[in-house]
Amino acid sequence: MAEEKGGAAQETNAPGSSLSRRAFFWALPLGWSAFAASMTAGLVATGRFMFPNVLFEPPQAFKVGFPGEYNVGEVDERWKDAFGVWIVREASGFYALLATCTHLGCSPNWLAAENKFKCPCHGSGFYRSGVNFEGPAPRPLERVRVVLADDGQILVDKSKKFQQEKGEWGSPESYLSV
Amino acid sequence: MASKGSESFLGRTWDYITETQVWKSIFRHGMPTTNRNRALAVMSNVFLHLHPVKIRKSGIRLKFTWCMGGLTFFLFLVETFTGLLLMFYYRPTVAYAYMDIVDLAEQVPLGVMRELHRWGAHAMVISVWLHMFRVFMTGSYKPPREFNWNVGVILLVLTLLLSFTGYLLPWDQLAIWAITVGSNMARATPLLGHEGPGAQLLALGEVPLVHAGSDARFALLGGRFVGESALLRFYVLHCLGIPLVAATLMAVHFWRVRKDGGISGPM
Repeated sequence: MAEEKGGAAQETNAPGSSLSRRAFFWALPLGWSAFAASMTAGLVATGRFMFPNVLFEPPQAFKVGFPGEYNVGEVDERWKDAFGVWIVREASGFYALLATCTHLGCSPNWLAAENKFKCPCHGSGFYRSGVNFEGPAPRPLERVRVVLADDGQILVDKSKKFQQEKGEWGSPESYLSV
Repeated sequence: MASKGSESFLGRTWDYITETQVWKSIFRHGMPTTNRNRALAVMSNVFLHLHPVKIRKSGIRLKFTWCMGGLTFFLFLVETFTGLLLMFYYRPTVAYAYMDIVDLAEQVPLGVMRELHRWGAHAMVISVWLHMFRVFMTGSYKPPREFNWNVGVILLVLTLLLSFTGYLLPWDQLAIWAITVGSNMARATPLLGHEGPGAQLLALGEVPLVHAGSDARFALLGGRFVGESALLRFYVLHCLGIPLVAATLMAVHFWRVRKDGGISGPM
């Protein structure tokens, strides 16, 4: 009709309805957007659900005793079962090797008589320094962060790894000079 | 309803039974002696109606079909049933898992349920590969059947995942190391694995979002290594998660064959 043609800014309601056409136009997009948003939120929440906040695992950082408790020239296995590390003391200091074979993840064994680490799964062999020399392991054993704690004990921190093939064994925290 | 003459006792008893309200409520059609009643007997039964009323002769030619698809489904049902029975005696915790499996062999009557489940698993993997091979050799993946082939590939992956998750449950040396090696692969996932390519890209400035305690492998295991959480997660995936997805996809898979006119039909 004549009034509606010119009235671009007019909101004329359909007879019997309290919703203007302009308002109704947004009903479906808004409704579906709200539905999609709530479904997405639910999906994200479900995904977050799968990542536990609390782990019943041994701590990543732990103290392993005073330097005097370790003999020079020995590979110490006292923490291998509980924490998965070997403490190795040389004349110039300490380093900690991660007891995980770099081939596929088994736990190697330290063979003191043969002066090497040997993995029982596929036979990977490592020198006491951690360098691989036989078997399918592609790279040396990893060293983990080892520092002196405030009370004088050695602190081993598995959350920081040092890989020889990346040149990281020169990092100060990969070796404790004591 | 065919009724014998009222002379024989058996005839009269049968007539009586089939005219009771109880019988008529259970069987809403006549004896399947006419084509109409034969069709009704199948179509009005929830179990039977999953099968087609009629099938082509080519559908039961073993030389064509090998029956491997059907065998695979049958083995899935065997695994579900034996698995359910195992669940009455197995507890998925580090404290109990190994001994419960030992007890299933030594204390539980017959002592063979775990073995039946394991043999069924091996047989199902074999039959699934043979089925895939047969479908390939008969060209039953060609248009318009490509989608169903892809659904089948996903079902194959699910079958192998069922084997993988089930392998951990006995919690012996074989189980722990096999799953350690297998799940270590998840570290290398692009973007989502902390040792994979692109992991550093998803970082908020200095804070890495994808690290050993937050990547795909962590979500799979519920921890940094294969432990109590991994055992429980794999148990839930093995008994509920993957079977539900597999059952849904199997429904799609079978539906597609039905809608194409049944197994072993011409193009």
